[in-house]
Amino acid sequence: MIPHALRRILLSTALFAVGAGVAYAAGESAARSAILDGYAAQAKAEAPIFAGFSADRGRALYLGPHAGGKADTNACAACHTPNPAAAGRHAKTGRTIEPMAVSANPKRFTDRAEVEKRFDRDCPNVLGRACTAAEKGDFITYLSGQ
Amino acid sequence: MTFPRRSIAIGALVLAAVPALANPFERVRPVTHEPTRKECGECHMPFQPGLLPAGSWTRIMDTLNDHFGESAALTPDVAADIRAYLTGNAAGRGDGGLLRITEQPWWTRKHHFRPDVWTRPSVVSKANCEACHRGAAQGLYEDD
Repeated sequence: MIPHALRRILLSTALFAVGAGVAYAAGESAARSAILDGYAAQAKAEAPIFAGFSADRGRALYLGPHAGGKADTNACAACHTPNPAAAGRHAKTGRTIEPMAVSANPKRFTDRAEVEKRFDRDCPNVLGRACTAAEKGDFITYLSGQ
Repeated sequence: MTFPRRSIAIGALVLAAVPALANPFERVRPVTHEPTRKECGECHMPFQPGLLPAGSWTRIMDTLNDHFGESAALTPDVAADIRAYLTGNAAGRGDGGLLRITEQPWWTRKHHFRPDVWTRPSVVSKANCEACHRGAAQGLYEDD
């Protein structure tokens, strides 16, 4: 029989843990929304006909294949695998890459500088050019739902 | 009989001298700098600064835009921080004109394998130290 006081402590600890987890996830989701809002504003400035991001376009971008980039990285999926919830592998070094899908890796797309760094490096490898703001938003929108 | 005893003594001396002659790159200080661990470790094992001399690290940090065919560009403040850590903890020996660890003479002397070993799916690259050296991330390479 658990004493009453101890039960209260256990219950409040459990509630706190759940609350902290929810707050943390909410923080990550808010950070992702802020990054998407930034790309939406940029996309509108780049092309006034911009009418929102599309998970389907993001999926097509992710799966490729694309011409213009390097032969061994002709799609995001070349390293990240066609299943974004799976771990990927660096084409040249064999280093494991954490999953891209937010469901499998909630930290994805929560640090704007980190997100920009990766697009700056990877878009030229895959597409042979920089990504547009619309493409970046499509990509994040697709993977946020995966 | 003095001869065998002398042989034993010489043998003991040789054995005692072996640790001093052992490859100094078989045990290096692990990476203790978080930005180095994070940024370098995104694409490959974060190599310990003690695996290359300062001249090599300087040239690597000077050419991050074309890092062996890939862009590894960093913001200037992060790059400066990592550069200081790598050059400040670099090896006291090695060829500073060679950028790749895997081109350093001490490395090539120890890695005479058939070419197909490097293309095995579990290996992929000579830069994948951990494929064979399980303690590589901790700076331990003496398990061969």
